[in-house]
Amino acid sequence: MTHLRPVNQKAARIAHEAAEARRRAAQADGRVVALQDGPAAPPKAEGPHIPMGCSFVFYPGWEVDANGGTAGLCQPVERDLFDCHLGCFWPAQVPDQLNHAPDWTSKCAAAQKDWRKVDLIFP
Amino acid sequence: MTEIALGECHPFEAAGRHFLYLVPSAAVFALDDTSAAVVDTLRGQQLAPADLMARLAGRFERAEVEATLSELAGARAILPVDPARAAEPPPAPAPNIIPLTPIPLSTLVVNVTNRCNLSCAYCYEYGEDKIAEPTAGGMPKLMSEETARESVDFMIERSGNSPVVRLTFFGGETLLNFAVLEKTIPYARARAAEAGKRVEFSLTTNGTLLRPEVIEFLADNDVGVTISIDGPKEMQDKFRVFHDGRGSYDVVAPKVRELLKRHRSRPIGARVTLTSDVLDITRIYRHLTDEIGFWEVGFAPVTTSPGRAHAIGETGFESMLSQFRALGQEFLEAALEGRRHGFSNVRDTIEELHKGASKALPCGAGLGLMGVATNGDVALCHRFAGSDDHKLGTVREGVDGAMQEAFLDAHHIDRKTDCRTCWARPLCAGGCYHEAHTRYGTTEAANLHYCEWIRGWTESCLEIYGEIAERNPAFLRQFDPPAPPATEVNDDASEAR
Repeated sequence: MTHLRPVNQKAARIAHEAAEARRRAAQADGRVVALQDGPAAPPKAEGPHIPMGCSFVFYPGWEVDANGGTAGLCQPVERDLFDCHLGCFWPAQVPDQLNHAPDWTSKCAAAQKDWRKVDLIFP
Repeated sequence: MTEIALGECHPFEAAGRHFLYLVPSAAVFALDDTSAAVVDTLRGQQLAPADLMARLAGRFERAEVEATLSELAGARAILPVDPARAAEPPPAPAPNIIPLTPIPLSTLVVNVTNRCNLSCAYCYEYGEDKIAEPTAGGMPKLMSEETARESVDFMIERSGNSPVVRLTFFGGETLLNFAVLEKTIPYARARAAEAGKRVEFSLTTNGTLLRPEVIEFLADNDVGVTISIDGPKEMQDKFRVFHDGRGSYDVVAPKVRELLKRHRSRPIGARVTLTSDVLDITRIYRHLTDEIGFWEVGFAPVTTSPGRAHAIGETGFESMLSQFRALGQEFLEAALEGRRHGFSNVRDTIEELHKGASKALPCGAGLGLMGVATNGDVALCHRFAGSDDHKLGTVREGVDGAMQEAFLDAHHIDRKTDCRTCWARPLCAGGCYHEAHTRYGTTEAANLHYCEWIRGWTESCLEIYGEIAERNPAFLRQFDPPAPPATEVNDDASEAR
């Protein structure tokens, strides 16, 4: 701090906390948390916000959970997203097979082998 | 568009510099020209950041102002305000947190007797404002040796893992039961040693019974002593009289001089009760320090319901404040030269300011401090000892934890709506429960009759603190951890009777 100078002990603690918060914010800025980073440090209250689980937030980078692993995801990442249309109670990330794209998975007998045949659908 | 406004704070000036006392964090920051200008511009109004920049343009670089705003925001000295939501009620305060359950006891005040050999007209125990008849319901006049030992056991057991416990003897006139006190101290020492703790002793007395053997005992056992005394003869004898109306000064003064000569291991303090007739603070201070030799002197206005002859009226509070300020200046001059000054009201407040104390509760009563009546009943503090309405348990059966928590929750600062916007609440927190009970009939009331005085005095102490921090910061090191060796006489229970 240059424009405020902590005088008492409480002010010194606040200044320290504010500096820490700025440092953490600078670190988290633009940072992608991914598997190759290894296990993340235990989450801190003010750390970058990483949602638990897979599906509702569909951005690259969410293939890991808040601890840097896959255990917290609602289904194994290897089956995501294709399995959304079979196993998930909330298949919002896949085409609407009832009304709009009934043949979406017709060429895909086994996802492990045929996943490349599941194509993009543009509504 | 979001605007910014000052958070709760109290700006003040000292040593030609601007400071900010933040509420409720109780942090003190010194401001430079830029931050002082930002704070000044935002006083009493909220502005969009662009407007603020425009007003400060020409005087300060834009980048400087931006950096200042970010620092002020980091310290919560300024807050974003959405004008569209200004009409909405403020969010409900966070729930009151009662810390550290079960709460360790740090000080136990044991009323070894409820009798007294003086009849001070203003006494809260015997006077017109008494809470309970001292001997009602078969309450013994003297605490038995057994109850005193049980109190010690209770204290050790309740002190959790804290390495030091403080045992304070109180009354009535404490030394009327010297026989029990004399036996309890070695017992407490032995019990504390078994538990791997250290115990510190102190007592408050009116000084009339300081016989040579008593003085020897107190000195040999490092017992901290606080003397209730009101000043020179004409002031002391106004209220502090024997049952036959005779003044007590001529009995007390020589005995106190003997005590001060012999007892050098702990600082001896005087505790003065200010009343409508005894308000010449500077003269009292001079007499007690220069002429009698006390190490320090603490003053407190008498606790009384309004309208009593000895109650301090409005003009009395004003006079008291200006005299406190004058003596506070003396304290400041001494502190700037690195000398000690015995005006303990300033010293105690400076210490709390330096640590940044922000109180959820006004004092430790019912929290880390409890009082024991002569029959072993445990009350909030010594002032409530013997009152059935304020009983938390007994030393034999322990304290009702649910009742204790309910008490602390009910008296939390967030429940005192009158205090919600007061900048002095981190230190005051609504004030003494006993004072509130005497004045308003309930411990839950805030002591609104002395708000102006508290704010005035806190402001003065902030200025003294700012001056010291600016001009002789080395003086404040005594309040930094690790704590200096005990020089405190004025603990929570060192009060006049």
